[in-house]
Amino acid sequence: MSPAGQAHSPAPRTAGRGPGTRARAWATRAPLLPALIFLIAVTQLPFVATLLISLFDWNSLAPDSRSFTGFSNYGSVFSDADLRDSVFTTIELTVTVVLASVILGLLLALLLDRKFMGRGFVRTLLITPFLLVPVSAALLWKHVLYNPEYGLLNGGWAWFTGLFGVDSPGQPDWISEMPLTAVEVALVWQWTPFMMLILLAGLQSRPLDIMEAARLDGASNWQMFRFLTLPHLRRYLELGILLGSINIVQNFDAVFTITAGGLGTANLPYTIYQTFYQAHEYGLASAAGVVVVIGTIIVATFALRVVSSLFSEEANRA
Amino acid sequence: MSTLTATDVQPAAPERRRTKAPVERKARRRSASLGLLAWVVGVVFCLPAIWMLVTSFHSEPDAATNPPSIGAPLTLDSYRIFFGSGGGPSPWPPLINSLMASLFSTLFVLVLALPAAYALSIKRVEKWTDVMFFFLSTKMLPMVAGLLPVYLFAKNAGMLDNIWLLVILYTSMNLPIAVWMMQSFLADVPVSIIEAAQVDGARLVTILTRVVAPVAAPGIAATSLICFIFSWNELLFARVLTSVKAETAPVFLTGFVTSQGLFLAQLCAASVVVSLPVLAAGFAAQDKLVQGLSLGAVK
Repeated sequence: MSPAGQAHSPAPRTAGRGPGTRARAWATRAPLLPALIFLIAVTQLPFVATLLISLFDWNSLAPDSRSFTGFSNYGSVFSDADLRDSVFTTIELTVTVVLASVILGLLLALLLDRKFMGRGFVRTLLITPFLLVPVSAALLWKHVLYNPEYGLLNGGWAWFTGLFGVDSPGQPDWISEMPLTAVEVALVWQWTPFMMLILLAGLQSRPLDIMEAARLDGASNWQMFRFLTLPHLRRYLELGILLGSINIVQNFDAVFTITAGGLGTANLPYTIYQTFYQAHEYGLASAAGVVVVIGTIIVATFALRVVSSLFSEEANRA
Repeated sequence: MSTLTATDVQPAAPERRRTKAPVERKARRRSASLGLLAWVVGVVFCLPAIWMLVTSFHSEPDAATNPPSIGAPLTLDSYRIFFGSGGGPSPWPPLINSLMASLFSTLFVLVLALPAAYALSIKRVEKWTDVMFFFLSTKMLPMVAGLLPVYLFAKNAGMLDNIWLLVILYTSMNLPIAVWMMQSFLADVPVSIIEAAQVDGARLVTILTRVVAPVAAPGIAATSLICFIFSWNELLFARVLTSVKAETAPVFLTGFVTSQGLFLAQLCAASVVVSLPVLAAGFAAQDKLVQGLSLGAVK
């Protein structure tokens, strides 16, 4: 990445021909191979197997009636009401959580991008939700916060209204009344710090001289944000949105823990888990898995482009 | 015109100070109130986690009151019960399993990623960016899509409920992240010192362990902590592929509620204990956390 590094790339040195060149090229590649081979074996082979299984009608409880069915499992994924719903649930969950956490994360990053007493401590407070084990966080929301009888949400509300002499304040059962929102809120709480961290890095990499020049020219805070900060943050926003999407699409922990996929909160990963682990429908589960992969590839294509632009910017800078 | 006189003509200075002072005071007051706001927001945002910690030190009756009992006396009962004097399942085996899976997979990741990153940043292989993107693309493949074949393989190979299967899977899960992170850390190692070592006849292993590793040590440490966190947190694979012997801490946590009934204080204590290693690792890696989580794309 440094100019010196490029000068020492193998190209100039391997300009000569002959067996020595090839041997040297392999010597350069050798350190890379263990990681590459391991990764192909452990991540690509299972996926190829999933692709194959998805073409079979295969229920593990009836192993004798396993048969090749072509693409009919894919037809089922989109015609089966539960599976189809889980496709839409996945999309809704992902879009809501990512957008909300990006907006909140941006506000928090702006708040933290100035010097004040105990800034480091506040930053630590803010990233703590992201550092809880996801299952702990989900259990925390389910039992400690949402519980209708002694959860902190209803308890806090009862305490607050009690100050004004209200005897029987509303005590909703959050999870059964708004299941998907309950899952989303918990996930937004967990993912906002991640967005904040990335956007804070973006804010702190703003070119100071340009900001100062704009300030001297009399730009207002809003103008500086609108015309300097936001364009600069664009790549960081894209990066946060795409990395967040890839993670939230795959979310299993929160759905599994908070609602166990009930009440219309089953997303694709949970549905796949259930289809194969509890319903033993191997072919169907695999087809759903392939659908997730195709969806992810669409998102990932953009992700790679964004990361690639950040990456090349850095390569040029060095 | 006015800026010209203000900056160029010295005698104007006192006048300028007089006009600027209230503005400065206003700015300072605004900055102080924003600082206060940040504090309030930080505490409110973290409140669920703080409340979890507080509840874990309450007795069960105090934990389950409405309105919440903030000033209730603190006790270590929940932790004592959690660690085995309550007759429930012991948390030690799952904690040790998680520790093993996380430590060994992190170790394997380092062994595989360090040479790979060396080939991608210092001794550049041809088309190294393509290789980088291949690594990244495997990270974007949803894990759930490979779950069934892995399960079938494990079942046939007799590797279900085996912690080493998780070690292998977690290694593959974290390897791409580690390669990307280390690539960006190793790129910062000055080429001249590597060349000097090569001139002295050092081999690859020597160069990696004696020259590259010490310089890139902080980055390698951060990479390890992040890999540790991800392995420790993983639920889906652990849930499907382990049962009794190899159960990990997150799986134990999900089963904790059903096997114990709902004891709020105990649940909080359990969550605190299981999250503690991750919190410690995360706070330690704070500075490099962003770089790791953004796969080295943001410095």
